Formats: sequence, C-alpha cells, structure tokens
Amino acid sequence: MRALRTPVGLAAGLLLVLLALLAVFAPLLWGSRADAIDTDALQQGASAQHLLGTDALGRDIFYRVLVATRLTLGLALVATFVGVTAGLVLGSLPSVLPRWAGRLVTSAVNIAVAFPGLLLALFFAVIFGTGTVGAVLAIAFAITPSFARLTQTLTASVSGRDFIAAARVCGVGRFRLLVRHVLPNIAEPLVINATLAAGSALTAFAGLSFLGIGVQAPSYDWGRLLGEGLNRIYVSPAPALGPAVAVVLAGLAFNLFGEAAASAASHRQVVRQRSKPLHESTVEERDGEGVLTVRNLRVSFPGAAGWITPVRGVSFTVGQGEMIGVVGESGSGKSLTALAVSRLVEDPGVVTADRLEFAGKPVTETSPRELGTSLAMVFQDPMTTFNPTRRIGRQLAEVSEVHHGMSRKAAFERVVDRLRAVRIPSAAKRARQYPHEFSGGMRQRAMIAMGLMGEPRLVIADEPTTALDVTVQREVLRLLARVREERSAAVLLISHDITVVAQTCDRVLVMYAGRIVEELPTAELFTSARHPYTTALLAAVPDLETDRDAPLAVIPGRPPEPAEIGAGCPFAPRCPVADERCRNEEPELTEVEDGHRVACWRLVEGLPGLDDAMPDEKCRDGELRAGRVS
Amino acid sequence: MSELRFERVSLQYGSLRAVDAVDLTVPAGQVVGLVGESGSGKSSLAAAAVGLVPPTAGRILLDGTDVQRLRRRDRGLQMVFQDPYSSLDPRMSIGGSIAEAMPRGVDKRAEVARLLELVNLDPGRAASLPARLSGGQRQRVALARALAGQPKVLIADEITSALDVSVQGAVLNLVRDLQRRLGLSMLFISHNLAVVRYVSDRIAVMRAGTIVEEGPAGQVLADPQHGYTRELLAAAPSRHTSLWEDAS
Repeated sequence: MRALRTPVGLAAGLLLVLLALLAVFAPLLWGSRADAIDTDALQQGASAQHLLGTDALGRDIFYRVLVATRLTLGLALVATFVGVTAGLVLGSLPSVLPRWAGRLVTSAVNIAVAFPGLLLALFFAVIFGTGTVGAVLAIAFAITPSFARLTQTLTASVSGRDFIAAARVCGVGRFRLLVRHVLPNIAEPLVINATLAAGSALTAFAGLSFLGIGVQAPSYDWGRLLGEGLNRIYVSPAPALGPAVAVVLAGLAFNLFGEAAASAASHRQVVRQRSKPLHESTVEERDGEGVLTVRNLRVSFPGAAGWITPVRGVSFTVGQGEMIGVVGESGSGKSLTALAVSRLVEDPGVVTADRLEFAGKPVTETSPRELGTSLAMVFQDPMTTFNPTRRIGRQLAEVSEVHHGMSRKAAFERVVDRLRAVRIPSAAKRARQYPHEFSGGMRQRAMIAMGLMGEPRLVIADEPTTALDVTVQREVLRLLARVREERSAAVLLISHDITVVAQTCDRVLVMYAGRIVEELPTAELFTSARHPYTTALLAAVPDLETDRDAPLAVIPGRPPEPAEIGAGCPFAPRCPVADERCRNEEPELTEVEDGHRVACWRLVEGLPGLDDAMPDEKCRDGELRAGRVS
Repeated sequence: MSELRFERVSLQYGSLRAVDAVDLTVPAGQVVGLVGESGSGKSSLAAAAVGLVPPTAGRILLDGTDVQRLRRRDRGLQMVFQDPYSSLDPRMSIGGSIAEAMPRGVDKRAEVARLLELVNLDPGRAASLPARLSGGQRQRVALARALAGQPKVLIADEITSALDVSVQGAVLNLVRDLQRRLGLSMLFISHNLAVVRYVSDRIAVMRAGTIVEEGPAGQVLADPQHGYTRELLAAAPSRHTSLWEDAS
C-alpha cells in the first residue's frame, strides 16, 4: 500500500490495526472486568485502580471504553457497508436502467444529496425508532446519497472513454459493462471514500448514542459512555474525556488513512531523491552566436528508481531570423527542450546546461518581462491555452498591459492591429469574442498574435498544427513563415511530421531518445540525410507519391522510454546496420560536412529505404527484441 | 464478403446537423477511404454504422438488411478506435478484452492466441495489461479485438493518428495485409490524405456533413472534380512542393 509510505498514513494505519485488535480481543480479555459491578466504588474519579474512574454502578470506565471498541467500530462499519452498498446500487442503476428510469433515480439522488447528512440521520432515527438498528439504518441512509452521487459522477467519467464504446460495439451487455469495465476502473476512489465515510459514520454514531437515540442500555458504545460521563464532567472529567478521546482518535485514524490513500493515489510517484541529477559536461564549443544558444541541455525528473533524464545533452544554435525545425516522436524530448528554453519546466523537473542563452544572456538571468515580450510560445492545443471565460482581446491586451505598462485603450488598439497582422478578418469585432467562438485555426492565429504583442525575437511553436486540418495547417505555417520574414524573428518549429518541417524550415534537428541524432539543412534532407533513423523516418511516412503496391517501410520496435536508455546508441535495437560498438557505446554528434552533424558510428550513404533490410516478417521479432532491451 | 451501404443517413445533435443525407457504399471486399477535416462528420458516420448513435434519418444496410434490426453481436460490424490508450480497458488483460468480443461457443483461449499471432503479437502476452504495451502494440490488440467479433465489415476511425510515425507504417501494413487476406470490407477514416491514399480502393471526401466527392482512388487523386478535394490535395504536405505553391 502506497498510503503507508507517508508518516501520516503509517500512523493512521497502525492506529487502525490497534483498533481492530482491540475490537477482537478486548471483550474476551476484559469483558468480565468491564461488567463487574462494584458497589464500594460508585462514581469515582480517576485513580490508580480505575484509570478513568467508575460509573454509577461502580464499573471501571477504562475497561468499558476498551471493550466498547468492538460495538462502536462494528456498528460504524455495518452502517458504512450498508450505506456504501446502497449508494453503489443507486449510483450505478442509471447506467443499467432504461433512460427514463435512470433519470428518475438521478433526480431522487440529487434531492437527497441536498439534505445535510446528520439531519437525515436524525430524521431516520425518528422513523425507525430509537435503538441500534434504527441508528445503523439512519446513518447508512445518510451516507447513501453522497455515495450514489459519487458513483454516478465517476461512472459518467469512465463511460465517456473509448473502451466502453468499444465494448458496446462488441455487443457487451449493460450489466456486464458495469461490472467488468466500469466498476473496476472507479474502485480506487470509491474505496478511499468508503474509508472516509467510515470515519464520519463512527463519529455520527457516537453522536446519536450520546443523544440517547443510538445504542441503548445495557449495551454501550463510546457515544453512550461519553453521554453518561458528561453528566459529572465538572466533578470528575476523566469518565467523559476517555471515550471522547477514543472517538476522536478512531475518527481521525479513518479519515487520515483515507486522506493518505487518496493523496497516494493521486501522486503515484513519491519524490524521494533530493540530490541533484548527475551533470556531465562533454560538449565542445562551437563558434557563432545566435538568438538562442543551447549547449548540453539536460532535463531530469525524479523517478521511482533515481533520476530519469528525457533530454540528455542537447546542443544547438538558432541564428537571427532563422527557422529551425525539430523533428522527433513522442518521448524524444523535443517539447521538453522547448519548455526548458522558455523556463517552463516545472518542479520537480531540473534543467541544467553548460550554456542556455537567449539574446546573448543566460536565460536564468533574463527577467520574466523580457522573456515575456521577446520570446513567444505557440502551443499545440489553442483551446486549452486560452481562458474560456474571457474575451480574446482582453487576454491578448493583458500581455501589453503587464509587460509594457500600456493603458487599456492603447493595448486594445494593439490587439486589433496584431489580429489584423495574423489575417483575422474583422479584427475589432473578433477581439470582443470568446475563445469558443473562434475555430481551431482562428484560435491558433490568435495565439500567434498573442506572441506578437511584444516584439518577439524568437517564436517557439510546439506542434502548432497537429490539431488542425491540412488546409488550415498550411495557413498557420505560412503565417509563421511570414512572421519570420516581416519581423526577422527566429522560429523554432517543433513537429512530429517531417514533411511539415521540410516544407518550412531552413535547418532540421532530428531528435531521438533525448538527443539530437542529426542536424542538417532542409534542402539536403531528402538527398543526404545520413543517420539511419532519419532515413528510416523519411521512408516510413507515406506521402502522395508512395508506391501503393509495395508495403510501407517500417522501423521495427518502438522508441525507448527514458528509463530504458542504456549505454549504447538508443536507436541500435531498431537499427538495421547496428553492430557491437553501437550497442555498447553511444556516438557523439559530430560534424560530417559544413552545417551537417550526425551522431552515428555507421553513417548511411545516400537514402536507402529500409525495405530490403527489414522485410515485413522480421518486424515482429524486432518489436519483441526492442521490448526486452532496456 | 459483405457490402455496407449508407442510404441518405442524417445525424442531428441538438441544432447541429453532423451528417446530412449521406449516401455511401462500401463495396464487398473493398476499402473505402473517408477523408475530411475534423468536425466534418466522419466519426459520427462511423458511430452510426456500429450502432453507438442511431441515425436521425436514413438507413444503414449490411447486405441489404438494416443494421438496426440486427443484434450487436451478430451485426458483423466492428470498429477500431483512434486512441489505443483509451480504447482498451486498463484493468482488463488484453486477452480478456479480445475474448469478450467473441461470439459464444468459440474456444476462447485458442482463438485469442490465434488472433494475437495474426496481428504479430506474442500469444504469451495475452495475460498482460494494456499498460505494459506500447501504442503500436495496443492498436494491434484493438485490431485483434475487432477481428474477434468475426466482422464482415471493419470500420477504422483514425487508427494511426495517435501513433508515432515510426510505428504507423507497421500498423498500416498490417491493416492492408489483413484486409486482403480476410477479404474484409472496410471503411477507413482519416484526415491524412496520404494514409488514405495508401490503403484505399475508393476515396470519399467529406465536408460539413456531406460527401462532396467519391470515386476510385486513382481517379479522385489524379483528377479531382470538387474544389475542396483539390484544396485538400494541394494543402497536403509533400516533400516536393513548397509551402507557397498552390494547385489552383
């Protein structure tokens, strides 16, 4: 259990174990002592003989508290069990019943949720009459509505996932869908909430017994003991305080354990490493200054087994007004590189570099204002990068108001001007609209306009067209190219699509497993790429000229996870020409021609496809092999 | 081999008409590629075909029988979804997911092994959970699950767009190979014209809920009739055209 790894979780867990032991053994060990009537010691205060004093019949309250653990916990758990079960049933009924009946159940639950739990419990206690059964049912039904609501909400969130749709297409029935697909996927939060519910059931039960509508004499639980002790709290406080402490401790144990379990479930990785990740300085100095100079950039995150480094020593330079493309698959570290450059890597990520300079100054010393006005970021999904509740114009104007200290009016004029610059028609009207009134392409243009609110010297565009259609994609790419031309801003375009980069950029950086494996001018991409990964990638992506009768060239296996990268070249397990050296030693990025750097021991000549080297049959073995290498 | 036919199918969500009187035929044993921008109604059409949403108007016929009259399990229509990370139950073993789709009276264990073999996965992994698999492997599992239902028609909805480009090729080869070996009829939906071109016998172009052009793949690509098709072809990124070139 991950919850036990935190101190709070551990303490709460131990307390729960102790309570369980007490519940099982206390009545056996001390049951007779707790019931022993001693007429010589009526209503005594705390003493060495009677730690918490005695009650009106001279029975020892300390032992009574210990013995009462079983009944108290038992009733609380029974009430929780009944309440949670009823809640589960009510909450999952709507997904099994016909739609109209489901709606009826939902509205009934909604109404019940509106009542405070304890009020409901009191109400039920009146209906069921005073006594243990009544109190159990009362508390159970008080738990039910909120649990039903929780189940409903969780079920709804899982029901939208594709695997439910897939199961429906396969003809899986509603009941089986609920039991096999929905419930297992929502079990975790339900269990956590049940633990929390047990804690509140325990305190609520104590409350009812205290009020005299719970457990009736001669049975006794903590609430009842508390009620009896309270009558003379001013004379001798111990008989009241003992059971009170027990209630509080037990309630806390349940709640804290539930909380610890919940936070363990939401932060699956417990960050333990506090030492800095290893930083090795290996990079040679290359001359030439640019808008952006990056040398030996590394980004690390703490993982379960030490630091994981998804970006492992990336070096490149972006010149004034240059358009550079970064190509790589998911996990290659291309987006993290961009985030590191713009200081957006969040804790606990650690960024180190020999040099990370923007406009001649280390990025760490550049003020946020300067970074905010001279470096623009464009993200993949413009829907999530705009605040949906505020007008586009206001969000853009904020940049100028904050960074340039412009007046509201002047800032708005600038907004309209910039929206026009990115060719948004009727810009003044559009500026007053909300993000949802913009189409995807429009939003992406507005995002670029936001970057233009300052005078950017560098625009970093991270998959700016991935969510867009080809026709809109072309518009956005053209816009970026125009920004570069008209404002002589440099552009760093990050994409998984090598053809997109090939169409727009001056130079291409190909990234694989956290490193640049090849850097070359775009013009030479299709003729003189030399890294086997680059050539394989070029061959594997179908375009409108691909031979339809031949199978597509494939790269066997998959890209390695950052944690799997060993000593050798990370592409070696998938590489058709890899040899012993490739598997044991990672090649450095070295210059083969002017402006063309490759990290490979076995440079590929020309542009061979992988068709011959990797017939289709072999691809499965390749995949399995790649899976094992780590 | 079976034929899937959409007859004036419309789908209405509130005031939005996602699909508007679409006529489309997937001929027996052929692959029809459906291209169009996001929001053009491609996926809605697919959802209607497999019965996830009932069409507001029109009929969907499988070999002349309205699919609404067939029970889901007997329909012979299966679908592979876009995102292999969400289309497999994370708490169910891949073998379990595949077996669930099988008709009754099949030796499930043997059939799971056979299907995993068919999609080039190690049958010994049937007990693994999806989390242990890569995206490409998951998509193969999703494909195996769809085949487990012994479909006559397979619907593939953007099956490679969530995959890495280096993995995409292997999945496309597999799909093409299986379609030919099993004689499946297939509706292959994608926004990527190059991918659609590679797998399809016929191509249909969809825009704003209607099919604007449909025909044999070679003809549609070589001699597009509709302006939008021409626009799509021109905008498709290609290594030989520059960003500023326009077909028109």
